Amino acid sequence: MATLQRGARRALVLAVAAALLAAAPSPGRPARAATASPSEVVIEGFAFSPKTLTVAPGTTVTWVNRDDEPHTIMVHGSPTPLKSPALDTGDSFSFTFDGPGTFQYFCTLHPHMQGVVVVR
Amino acid sequence: MSDGHDSLGGTTRRRLLKCMAYGSAGVLWTVSGGVPRPFALTGDAEAAAPAGEFSFVQISDTHIGFKGAVNPDPGGTLKEALARAGAQHPAMMLHTGDVSHLSKPEEFDRAAALLKEANLEIFYVPGEHDTIDDRGRSFFERFGRASGTGGWYSFDKGGVHFVGLVNVVDLRPGGLGYLGPEQLKWLEDDLRGRSASTPVVVFAHMPLWLVSQEWGWGTDDAEPALGHLRRFGSVTVLNGHIHQVIQKVEGNVVLRTAYSTAFPQAAPGTPGASPGPLKVAADQLRSTLGVRRVELMREKGLALTDATLAS
Repeated sequence: MATLQRGARRALVLAVAAALLAAAPSPGRPARAATASPSEVVIEGFAFSPKTLTVAPGTTVTWVNRDDEPHTIMVHGSPTPLKSPALDTGDSFSFTFDGPGTFQYFCTLHPHMQGVVVVR
Repeated sequence: MSDGHDSLGGTTRRRLLKCMAYGSAGVLWTVSGGVPRPFALTGDAEAAAPAGEFSFVQISDTHIGFKGAVNPDPGGTLKEALARAGAQHPAMMLHTGDVSHLSKPEEFDRAAALLKEANLEIFYVPGEHDTIDDRGRSFFERFGRASGTGGWYSFDKGGVHFVGLVNVVDLRPGGLGYLGPEQLKWLEDDLRGRSASTPVVVFAHMPLWLVSQEWGWGTDDAEPALGHLRRFGSVTVLNGHIHQVIQKVEGNVVLRTAYSTAFPQAAPGTPGASPGPLKVAADQLRSTLGVRRVELMREKGLALTDATLAS
């Protein structure tokens, strides 16, 4: 699993720039939060916003930490194990969800913080 | 259970506010035999505190590497805390975790160098900030004392049995702090056969009781751990994590969280607040940070005294 995560992380680093470019709102898909693009999750006040994000397959989702506290993103109960490094204030992390599915995740530092990415 | 399960309401809440108000006004808050008692500082903590047989200090949540506006120099406030702690000539020190802010090697190195200046024997347990990415491997390499366990350990000193627990690794989605069955079994075995008259001090990062479900301030499986401890006549549970002093008393078991030496956090349930760093004015910072002295009193158990860096 560790090797898989390292591999995934390398791919994710490469995906960050593309994600930032691709993060503009797509036509016909309303933004779910005033401060976030349709594929962005803002971490603020120890919560993921939006808590549930629905995207199309192939979408790169970016998490941005706006707290004064580090957070992580770890998908659980899914065939695609995903764990981010610790995101300090202002850090972001991106992951491309290739196939459909429901991906539940949480912050490993503050496990009461939970979110979901639905890919369909 | 004298303080009730809900530590946020009623008496405990009022006591907390009173305690913090006294703390900033230069009055110490002491617990002897489980009964909290404030008494005035005469300007010398040594003179005010009753003489005990054995004493140690607790510091917590040093967060070396933190760069937030509320305290850009957590190394500086740690030095102040260590100076206060050392002035009381304790036999040893406990550090209840979050030594670092981001588990970075340079943060651990800086913290180790600062803490070495205390010239005290220090016993550590990790916080969740110390175990990011590697389940605490690099933390335990520097600060660990355990062998053959997941980092938990015990030792005897000054007639007290000390137990250091790890409740910040393998946290589960939606959960709180977590000890796990292996550690609970170890605790049961560790305590078996010990005399009930031995004072026991348990130290762990996250509170071993539910301070706030909403903010994740508690430990999922604290109850079975406390179950192994209740037969002892004097049990003191020292925690960190929430950067403020909150206490619960349950029979012979006193559970109390500690000040940070780096930055404060809001009281649980504060409207509009979150469990992150609380912004306070620079001239108020030191009244929100502090150290704890713990003294073994003849036939009375342990006396806990919290003092802020401003007192």
